[in-house]
Amino acid sequence: MNDTPTPDTGAPILRSVGLRKSFGSLDVLKGIDLDVKRGDRIAIIGGSGSGKSTLLRCLNFMERPTGGQVILDGERIGDARVAKDGSETITYRERDLMAVRKRVGMVFQQFNLFPHMSTVENVMEGLVTVLRRPKAEARERAAQELARVGLGDKLDVYPGRLSGGQQQRVAIARALAMDPEVLLFDEPTSSLDPELVGEVLRTILSLAEDGRTMLLVTHELGFAYRFATHVIYLSDGVVHETGTAEEVFRNPQRDKTRAFIARSSEFSL
Amino acid sequence: MGYQFDFSMVIKILPVLWRGVIVTVELTIACLAVGLILGFFVALLRVSPAAPLRFVGRAFVEIFRNIPALIQLIWFFYAFPIVIGAQLSPFVAAVLGISLNTAAFSAEIYRSGIQSIERGQWEGAMAIGMSRAATFRRVVLPQVFRRMLPAFTNRAVEVAKVTSLASVLSVHELMYQGRVLSSTFYRPLEILTTVGLVYLVMIYPMTWASAAMERRMRRRA
Amino acid sequence: MQQYEWDFGAVLAYWPMLLQGLWGTVAISVLAIILGILGGGLVATLRMSRHTPLRVIGTIYVEFYRNTPGIVHFFWVYYALPVVANVNLGPLEAAIIALATQSSAFYAEVLRGGIQSIGKGQWEGATALGMSHTEALRRIIVPQAARRMVAPFVERSFEIIKTSSLASTLAYGELLYQGMQVASITYRPLETYTLLALIYFLLLYLLSSLAKLAEDRLQEV
Repeated sequence: MNDTPTPDTGAPILRSVGLRKSFGSLDVLKGIDLDVKRGDRIAIIGGSGSGKSTLLRCLNFMERPTGGQVILDGERIGDARVAKDGSETITYRERDLMAVRKRVGMVFQQFNLFPHMSTVENVMEGLVTVLRRPKAEARERAAQELARVGLGDKLDVYPGRLSGGQQQRVAIARALAMDPEVLLFDEPTSSLDPELVGEVLRTILSLAEDGRTMLLVTHELGFAYRFATHVIYLSDGVVHETGTAEEVFRNPQRDKTRAFIARSSEFSL
Repeated sequence: MGYQFDFSMVIKILPVLWRGVIVTVELTIACLAVGLILGFFVALLRVSPAAPLRFVGRAFVEIFRNIPALIQLIWFFYAFPIVIGAQLSPFVAAVLGISLNTAAFSAEIYRSGIQSIERGQWEGAMAIGMSRAATFRRVVLPQVFRRMLPAFTNRAVEVAKVTSLASVLSVHELMYQGRVLSSTFYRPLEILTTVGLVYLVMIYPMTWASAAMERRMRRRA
Repeated sequence: MQQYEWDFGAVLAYWPMLLQGLWGTVAISVLAIILGILGGGLVATLRMSRHTPLRVIGTIYVEFYRNTPGIVHFFWVYYALPVVANVNLGPLEAAIIALATQSSAFYAEVLRGGIQSIGKGQWEGATALGMSHTEALRRIIVPQAARRMVAPFVERSFEIIKTSSLASTLAYGELLYQGMQVASITYRPLETYTLLALIYFLLLYLLSSLAKLAEDRLQEV
């Protein structure tokens, strides 16, 4: 994808430093450092259980990290308190997390559309209840976003009547309407029938052309290669290898990465 | 087998039973309204993050579900006035008892409804920056009402049946009229059978509606 | 207003009467549960029969009891049934007949719900092995359904215990009726009815805790 805008080299919009997450005694993330610059498109790949979805979900606090920092636009999220023995505990205020989520959008594997609202109401919801836009304005904006994902003719249809691919595109429009600075995709095609995957991937690629900053967790390595400026290969809760898409996919440096990538037919050569 | 079923008796008592039907309907609506509203707040206690509030909600539900409704009615009519130092009319005592009983059962309907909403719904709303309160109000509750409509209709059936216990406090509802008529005319077979059929005619449509709603929801799912 | 002086002692002095009442409650509840299970099995068989007339009879039976108040059944059995059947019924017999016929309807629904919750695949799997309808029912379906029926069965049984308090309206000496006598002897309705509520609460709460324990044990198997 050489025709897409090149990432700028300014300060990172989103960073994580030593990010950790445990569920009980299970350490899922074991200290993740991540820099996302404006315009970056980062694909996070790895086997199941590697922690890739958890990493994404920690960045907008769907899961609260158990250690380390998330820094949005230079500002550290959460209140750190250092105990006498030097250990640090971070508390998060719901209000701060809501502010983060306004700026960092997310698209889920299961779409998570609201079944009792029509598609246009789904997309308007954040504009009206979070950004306090007037209804008429919100509806107009929502209609624009739906047109952009190719569903301009489905405004008043309920999600239950749409195909999975269409539902996921509504979910993308819902996230876009908030005009997020970073957009997170958590395996956006994993619960779709194979014939519906293409339309969603095309929609995501079209966002790349607009220069959006995006992070994508996916199993589709071929798509990751086409989509990403940078790739992170996670294994067992740590960043095992990272680099540009070209570097990681065409010339992986470590054996484990090579083995993982070779499993996909597109890179098995 | 010489007993002659006296149909003229049925015709004769219908106007009196009709008066009872009206009181039964009033009682049912009042208790259902108070019970559903109060039950909602009890459910909020039940799902509260604060353990003491959860305990209060749980205690309310357990107390009013585990004591027979008839005891509750009798308690509110004969015992409660001593506590507050004022007499209650039978109707008010009946409304109090049945409403609190209904609140306990409805609270459990709300609670299971709230807990049946998938985590993804909360996440979908939170991901666009909605607060927990806004998510609850705009996303979770409307779905709870929809999903639980058959259960609430079933509750209405139960309430309509329970109001017959108010006859014990001499509230002039349908069962009371039936009891009085049957001891006045010595025709219990005709009168009590008619009372039973009148209840059936009143209540069956609600049962039917609830089942129809459930069938429709299952088809959609 | 003068402060009311609670005196449970005056009421507790009549504990043998209350104990007798508790025994009465337990006795009719246990009898009704046993008869109800037998009757419920029969009614469920009718409801699931391949012959339409039998199915219709089963359905009418269940719907009648589901859509009419329990107190109507008690009065009908006590006052109207003797007229039709030309028999004499004491309060105990009448209460048990009312409670047992009513619980038959509810248990029938528990049985039917459990059996119908087992997927078609299980029937097909069984018949594919060459089992007859009855064999499949006995060896494959019922064992699986039984586990799912435990919770609604327990719930229904609790309803029977609570409903048994209606026998007091026929002057059968169960807990509530005995309590009413104590209240009128002692002029202490507040203490008496509060105590009654407490006894019922403890009885049912204890039983439900036991039932939960048993259920958890069953689910592990």
